Amino acid sequence: MEEKTSLFKKSGFQTLIASVLCAILGILLGFIILFFMNPGHAAEGMFAILRNFFKYANNKTNLLYYLGSTLVKSVPVVLCAEAILFAYKTGLFNIGCAGQYTVGIIASLYTGIALEWNWFLCILAAIAAGALWGCICGFFKAYCNVNEVIAGIMLNWIALYICNIILGNKKVMNTTKSETYNVSKNSLLPTFLSNLFGNNTYVTIAVPLTIIVAIVILWVLNKTTFGYELKATGHSKDAAKYAGMNAKRNIILSLVISGAIAGLAAGLYYLTGIEHYKIASSVPGMGFSGIAVAFLGGLHPIGAIFAGLFVEYITLGGQYLNTNYYNPQVADLMIAIIIYLCGFVLFFKTIMNKPTNKLGLKPGEDQANKDAADKTAHKKEV
Amino acid sequence: MEDYVIEMLHITKEFPGIIANDDITLQLKRGEIHALLGENGAGKSTLMSVLFGHYTPEKGVIKKDGKEVKINNPNDATALGIGMVHQHFMLVDIFSVLDNIILGSEPSKFGFLTKAEARKKVLELSNKYNLMVDPDALIEDITVGMQQRVEILKMLYRDNDILIFDEPTAVLTPQEIDELMKIMKELAAEGKSILFITHKLNEIMAVADRCSILRKGKYIGTVDVKNTTKEELSSMMVGRDVKFAVDKDEAQPKEEVLKVENVCVKSKLHSKDSVHNVSFNVRAGEIVCIAGIDGNGQTEFVGALTGLDDIESGKISLCGEDITKKSIRYKNTHGMSHIPEDRHKHGLVLDYTLEENMILQRYFEPAFSKNGLLKKDKTRKYSDKLAEAFDVRSGQGAQTIVRAMSGGNQQKAIVAREMDREHKLLVAVQPTRGLDVGAIEKIHEAIVKERDAGSAILLVSLELDEVMNLSDRILVMYEGEIVGEVDPKKTTLQELGLYMSGAKRDTGKEA
Repeated sequence: MEEKTSLFKKSGFQTLIASVLCAILGILLGFIILFFMNPGHAAEGMFAILRNFFKYANNKTNLLYYLGSTLVKSVPVVLCAEAILFAYKTGLFNIGCAGQYTVGIIASLYTGIALEWNWFLCILAAIAAGALWGCICGFFKAYCNVNEVIAGIMLNWIALYICNIILGNKKVMNTTKSETYNVSKNSLLPTFLSNLFGNNTYVTIAVPLTIIVAIVILWVLNKTTFGYELKATGHSKDAAKYAGMNAKRNIILSLVISGAIAGLAAGLYYLTGIEHYKIASSVPGMGFSGIAVAFLGGLHPIGAIFAGLFVEYITLGGQYLNTNYYNPQVADLMIAIIIYLCGFVLFFKTIMNKPTNKLGLKPGEDQANKDAADKTAHKKEV
Repeated sequence: MEDYVIEMLHITKEFPGIIANDDITLQLKRGEIHALLGENGAGKSTLMSVLFGHYTPEKGVIKKDGKEVKINNPNDATALGIGMVHQHFMLVDIFSVLDNIILGSEPSKFGFLTKAEARKKVLELSNKYNLMVDPDALIEDITVGMQQRVEILKMLYRDNDILIFDEPTAVLTPQEIDELMKIMKELAAEGKSILFITHKLNEIMAVADRCSILRKGKYIGTVDVKNTTKEELSSMMVGRDVKFAVDKDEAQPKEEVLKVENVCVKSKLHSKDSVHNVSFNVRAGEIVCIAGIDGNGQTEFVGALTGLDDIESGKISLCGEDITKKSIRYKNTHGMSHIPEDRHKHGLVLDYTLEENMILQRYFEPAFSKNGLLKKDKTRKYSDKLAEAFDVRSGQGAQTIVRAMSGGNQQKAIVAREMDREHKLLVAVQPTRGLDVGAIEKIHEAIVKERDAGSAILLVSLELDEVMNLSDRILVMYEGEIVGEVDPKKTTLQELGLYMSGAKRDTGKEA
């Protein structure tokens, strides 16, 4: 039986279209908000956000410098997205990513400022901390049947307060500026092609590492028996059990790895020195933005890279908004809306599939019925 | 001119890459019982979906009482008086019978329910057709047969006069089937028109007036049941002659493979054990069948045996080794194959491809992976080999997502996988569920071949034909206990039915 599928019906292509649609819709809504706040300057404001660092188009060094900064700032959000999508493939919603990211900050900054370890060890510490946090969550899920969302959210707050206590230490925190000291030279990540980015020393090995991590995740999920097991557990816990897979072990491992990636995200960001940690009263948003990025990227490890770049591009674009006309928080609001809309990828895909798949079908026995239903079943493709 | 209530003329419905209904004509006379017969994937469901407005056909017209009608959604169908008893009942367990019947068209005044009238109508209908339904009983307390009658009452209450029964006998005992047949005949005598979807030929012969046959999306013909035979019907359906009796020699049981001693399983719902003190054995080279009505502890017992559920007490040995507390993986790799009852829940990862499902319990073996890396080409070859041997058909071969395959082919894939795995014991739970006669024949042949090759086979089945045809010994399970052991050659369906309904039990239980 030959099946002719048009390009439009291919799942991967649909995801791409849906993601682009979401991004465009988000930008439109952002524009509407700007319009209501100050109609006269809305177009100008939107343009500033979208033009972003291309403002420096005539100055190549500056342009590349800011491009570099955007790349660096995209690293943590992309990695958080990778962490979330990895757990998601196993059927786990790792909202605790934010907490795992936070303990990653603790580990990397404490070892990098107070202990002045070598950068490599600092990164390892961050990974270990994230993994531990993921492990706690996984343990509760596997052995006490505590939903990973509940445990994750609670652990997020625990992480935040531990972070405030440890990084509030005089060895780490510059109390006059109420932010952490600079990371010691020894602990800064080695730069990577920074002369290519207008001598932006924040451009470090974090950038290529992120891409490598994404590729490794893709590889693990699709080529290894481990990925086969994890995905089987994610698709159908009962079938995985029937096949003799160890569901408990898989749940814990999946969250440990997810947590390790989140911890790595924190390490690879704060050890560039581009940002100092400030005592905060809320959990860092990076882990949550990661959720949106993961979905915007179609739950694909490579897609998440592009989605992360887009989200970070818009986020940084907020800085270019003219504060004479707009409250600086407006940029945050717009970004929040765009990120929110990013979660609608699946929704758009469903709409695209409407014509061939009418509702109200019972799980019949006809090949044809199933074929039609299959088009939507593809939603969760790898 | 004939008096047709519903005519579906020259219906054609295409899906990408497949014509599900190719110029199909179905004419239902007033007051007749019309059977619709076809293999899995023959297009029966699609045709009914067209009738109910789920699909719009590319070609063809639907006529009601000779006038052309457009059915765009299920509400249109209901308005035309078309009602359906689904294979899986659509009832709210914790509601009473009456509440379930009026659900969706509740009679009310000023926002308050007026049940008195509804009750009167339900009782009248119940008496008229001898349904004997108690309107105040809760659905969860009544038998499956009763529940089906509630479904029938639901259609009658809505004044439907075209009644569609979708494989209604799958869940019933022989006695209940007889009663359903009587009810169907009475309904037809009252002028209701019945469309009866099934692939059980005995029932068609017993109750239907005419029978339309579909094969691979095409209309084969309509025959008067009076003038035909089972053999003719089945060859029309499958396109070749089919044997009904399974060819098999006398079993030659050898050493004991499975030994079950005093197994108890706690019920998840109530304080009584759902499996109580079950003991028996299965020897190499024989097929032992556990028969019984659905819900009498078979599922729970198999769960305990295979490791899907916890066992409360007792001992299970495989080839002399105590495996009571062993993991599923251990059982899988030490000689137990399992065709599970619920292929969607347990048997398959529906979003995986066919080839990925074919190695579900074996992906870690050296044949399919090395150092934790999957050997995709080996898997592909293996999957293709199994698919060919068991005639598993799928749209895109080994790369088809299993969810997109028809139920029959999904089942064949599981059977292929479990039979090919190295095993000493095959636990087959409803191995032919939802399959057509052609496929059933093949699977039965394969099971007998397994037996002759020296496998021990434990068959759990609700299909009495299968039980009688295939097994060498029959154990009947009733309310969690083995209430009798019979020899299929010496027993009758009636005797088996008595055991199954708890009316008869052996006092001295044999192992």
